[in-house]
Amino acid sequence: MSTDVVPASQAARTARAPRTRSTRHRARAATPWLFASPAIAFFTAFLIIPIGYALYLSFRGYRVSGGAFGRREETFVGLENYATALSDPEFVAGLGRSLIYGAIAVPSVLGLALLFALLLDHPRVPGRSFARTAIFLPYAVPGVIASLLWGFLYLPSTSPVSYVARELGGSSVDFFGYPALYFALANIALWSGVGFNMIIIYTSLRSVPTEIYEAARIDGASERQIALRIKIPLVTPALVLTGLFSVIGTLQLYSEPATLRPMSNTISSTWVPLMKIYQEAFMNDNLGGAAAASVVLALGILALSLLLLRFFQRRTFGGAA
Amino acid sequence: MLGAVYTLLPVAWVLVATSKSPRELFTTFSFAPGTGLLDNLANLSAYGGGQFWLWGLNSALYAGVGAIVSTLVSAMAGYALAKFRFRGRELLFSGILAGVLVPGIVLAVPQYLLMAQLGLAGTRWSVILPVIINPFGIFLCRVFAAAAVPDDTIEAARLDGAGELRVFGAIALPMMTQGLVTVFLLQFVGIWNNFLLPFIMLSDQDKYPITLGLYTFLSKGAGDTDLYPLIIAGSAVSVIPLIALVLLLQRFWRADLLAGGLKG
Repeated sequence: MSTDVVPASQAARTARAPRTRSTRHRARAATPWLFASPAIAFFTAFLIIPIGYALYLSFRGYRVSGGAFGRREETFVGLENYATALSDPEFVAGLGRSLIYGAIAVPSVLGLALLFALLLDHPRVPGRSFARTAIFLPYAVPGVIASLLWGFLYLPSTSPVSYVARELGGSSVDFFGYPALYFALANIALWSGVGFNMIIIYTSLRSVPTEIYEAARIDGASERQIALRIKIPLVTPALVLTGLFSVIGTLQLYSEPATLRPMSNTISSTWVPLMKIYQEAFMNDNLGGAAAASVVLALGILALSLLLLRFFQRRTFGGAA
Repeated sequence: MLGAVYTLLPVAWVLVATSKSPRELFTTFSFAPGTGLLDNLANLSAYGGGQFWLWGLNSALYAGVGAIVSTLVSAMAGYALAKFRFRGRELLFSGILAGVLVPGIVLAVPQYLLMAQLGLAGTRWSVILPVIINPFGIFLCRVFAAAAVPDDTIEAARLDGAGELRVFGAIALPMMTQGLVTVFLLQFVGIWNNFLLPFIMLSDQDKYPITLGLYTFLSKGAGDTDLYPLIIAGSAVSVIPLIALVLLLQRFWRADLLAGGLKG
């Protein structure tokens, strides 16, 4: 039993829980850690340890030691894997292809999402909830299946576009050639991503108090002026977030080109960096190389994200005057 | 409205194409309905001894279990981060935020190797366990717990003698329901759509989720156009439940939580 002198208000609690104040205090301090512990455990097991392991592997490689009959041994090889990855023309070309793809896909997804969100927010728009649901729908369609759908729409023998072109006396449209392939892939990203980003931008538009718009209208601003001068600056944080996710997604492009590959021979087996990493790790048994390439890719994504954040922070807060 | 036409067009196409026999698929105009609907569905069901439906069940299992556990783990962590002041809180939170930026897919190869060392690669565990941690979900739960659960209510429950676990389970969780549905949906769709993780982890076709199954279909069907109608029918069938889910849960969906999180 506790021998402390307890204030009357706490007496009831102490009676029910026969603990001293100091142990209860310690229990309270441990509570948040208990609640967070599953998350911390999974975070450690599936994020921190794999990252650490990837870093470790990226410095390891196989060396043949002891002349012609030597064993292949796994040893520390320093930055060799990084040098190999960065000088590998296929990997670098893959990075270049993702950047071209991203330069097309990210601005068009964000631009169209912003446009749709602004249109939905327009005071007089017919069929608003239907349009919103319809545009959002592809979000639920897996990338693989979206690629299959569009793949068949691109494939000359099943494409409606090519069908019409042939009926008109032309020839099939080649969606898998260069540079059409970039647009074909970007179109899949656009189709899948525009709705999700639109919803995020749209909801941040809805959270703006309507008085602001009314005041602007009384001052004689047109709907277009309101959209350009008031709404777009207000949703910039939402744009930054969606932009960030789009950039992260772009460099991780994998399932779309992998799915379209059987339909077209333009897409090589190492078309994007992740396909190259997969091939190194599982076909060529070159784990160190794959790990180094993963680290390069992750650093690239991180650098690009930070650059984007920095850029928008300056535009949002520094460009006010 | 033009946007709606654009997004619905491929869905309409796949539904129409499902109804075509193999010969019609390559000869008639794309949006003209065909006559092979029942044949295609029957062939699909028969493929690999009903393997297609097994893939569907696998997807539902992985996404369902993964998303429920993930939401619970995120809710607990988010609640702890929002409602307790403790040493190391800011550090923990920044660590988790940094986790949002880590490209998840890049982790897949080391995750596979670790799973292989534990002897778990190729099992169902290997595709469920890694998706339970969802840093963005924790972030959202923190925002939502901070907004939806008043400190006074928690304090009152404690004064009434409720233990911390009870306060969380009986009071905080119900108050956070709307936000949790959003986190659950995001994660469910995320797992359902995930391709690379099962692609790397699994080798037994009977454990494949539907995305991977259809992908192997297409790889096989590359030289064999007879499989195309099956792939198309499979795509159509697998799109339908997700569309239904989105329509059904749209009312609970709190996207403003996503937008609101930006200010927090």
